Amino acid sequence: MRNVMAVAGKELRAYFHSPIAYLVMTVYTAIGGFVFYSSTAFFALQSFRMEAQGGMGMPPLSLNEYVIRPILGGVLTVVLLFLIPLITMRLYAEEKRSGTIELLLTSPLTDMEIILGKFLGSMILFAILEALTFVYFAILFIYGNPNAKPLIANALGFLLYGGALMAMGMWISTFTKNQIIAGAVGLAAFLLLYLLDWVSAYSQTTAGQVMSYIALTTHFDNFSKGVIQLSDVVYYLSVVMLGIFLTARSVEALKGRP
Amino acid sequence: MIEVENLSKRYGPTLAVSGVSFNVQKGEVLGFLGPNGAGKTTTMRVITGFLPPTEGKVRVAGYDVVGEPLEAKRRTGYLPETPPVYPDMTVSEYLAFVGRIKGVSRRDLKTRLDGIIERCAVTDVRNRQIGKLSKGYRQRVGLAQALIHNPDVLVLDEPTAGLDPKQIIETRELIKGLGGQHTVILSTHILPEVSKTCQRVVVINAGLIVAVGTPDELTRRLQGFETVLVTVEGPAAEIMEKFQRVGGVNWVEPRDAHDGRVTLEVHSEKEKDVRAELARATVESGWKLYELKTSGLSLEEIFLKLTTKDLSEEATAKAEKAAN
Repeated sequence: MRNVMAVAGKELRAYFHSPIAYLVMTVYTAIGGFVFYSSTAFFALQSFRMEAQGGMGMPPLSLNEYVIRPILGGVLTVVLLFLIPLITMRLYAEEKRSGTIELLLTSPLTDMEIILGKFLGSMILFAILEALTFVYFAILFIYGNPNAKPLIANALGFLLYGGALMAMGMWISTFTKNQIIAGAVGLAAFLLLYLLDWVSAYSQTTAGQVMSYIALTTHFDNFSKGVIQLSDVVYYLSVVMLGIFLTARSVEALKGRP
Repeated sequence: MIEVENLSKRYGPTLAVSGVSFNVQKGEVLGFLGPNGAGKTTTMRVITGFLPPTEGKVRVAGYDVVGEPLEAKRRTGYLPETPPVYPDMTVSEYLAFVGRIKGVSRRDLKTRLDGIIERCAVTDVRNRQIGKLSKGYRQRVGLAQALIHNPDVLVLDEPTAGLDPKQIIETRELIKGLGGQHTVILSTHILPEVSKTCQRVVVINAGLIVAVGTPDELTRRLQGFETVLVTVEGPAAEIMEKFQRVGGVNWVEPRDAHDGRVTLEVHSEKEKDVRAELARATVESGWKLYELKTSGLSLEEIFLKLTTKDLSEEATAKAEKAAN
């Protein structure tokens, strides 16, 4: 554990020593902020309209539906497709290019300690990102009365979704010395995984259903509705474990076959 | 301290190291000498556990590098050819990180860090970013990194490559000072370096060990015979055969061939001058003798001899090219 923490600390420091962490946080908060403003404004407008029509016995509009869901469940899941590759592309590619991989692999660390350390380090950065969105939600709680429980489900889903992308991105980063390639391949793979759900619109065959099931977004729907379903949690955790497993295999291959 | 037994390493179809065996005693500084591409780095990478061997066994401080990699790695310090530094970190941040992953306890880290920074003479840059340091300083940081956990075994891959002469002398002094407490293997393709820093030398070429011994021994062994260079016009194979039969000649090697002339190296027993006999043999056979001289081998020439590619092969290739 000590070793995992040492590697995680190193990764995290590397992000904050370089522009990456700040770039990612800026893009994330800028887009998140715009969506927050737009959806709050829209929510306010809709509420006024309802008021003007006398409510007509309808329940009041939900802040969760109108603001939190578009942010965490909508726009930011797409933003992550671009930002996570920026975070993961350097994980192995940079070590390979600068030769520091030799330091790590000749230190008394197991491959798994290195992988988990890297994953943890990047996940801490991601957790910081997600925490930044809670600034917006805090504003909602101060001026409105959103429901906390669906928010928790949403936040958990977002963390799992980010973790799944992170593990896959880390695996892709082991293939090359070139960070740009690692980033671009990551982005392409994530986009494809994201869009796989479209199959369900026209195909009801088994293959179509499987593809739709594999899609990253399918399993996010329940979370964004505020429902934590075991199958969804298991799906994301499986993707995380698959990514870590594939990274381990790839690092093994990196060392050359005996 | 380091036992390498019949080590082979294959990258796909190419055999980088084949059947290498040697031992390094505790406290010894061993030089690993060979031209670029000889298999030095590969051998070192296997010793440090970076690459698994294809065949053979490597033990560091009694621990098999494949069977008990963590124990072996804990006792090994490694400086690759390019120092494995993170340019974004400061020197002390970096060394603290390396100390932690090498298993230095938190309690000892501070004293180890101060000691190593002092010893490797990086005190005045300890709070500077490594990326902004000169090559010489970076190399010293690399050395400090290899030493931070006070390893039994130190593996240094070309520790003086790319340094200026003053830095080279300083680095050599530092390495010499390491012998005794640490067991050191260092690789180099520069011959004088070996005689200046090492107690024993392993010469490797094309993945094979060519010679082992102290620098003095190697010199003596190779100078244990006389070498005469002969340039003759005539059929190379016949000439070689004829010379081989001259009394006192040990062996004949081709060195160069062009324009129908061959230059041969004729090795003979010490203090036996075969020049007159060679001249006679040449003239008797009706070949033309162009040059005949003794060759005193300098250290550099011994090295060239030991480790350059098979000259006969090169000469034939050249002759073939000329013929086409």
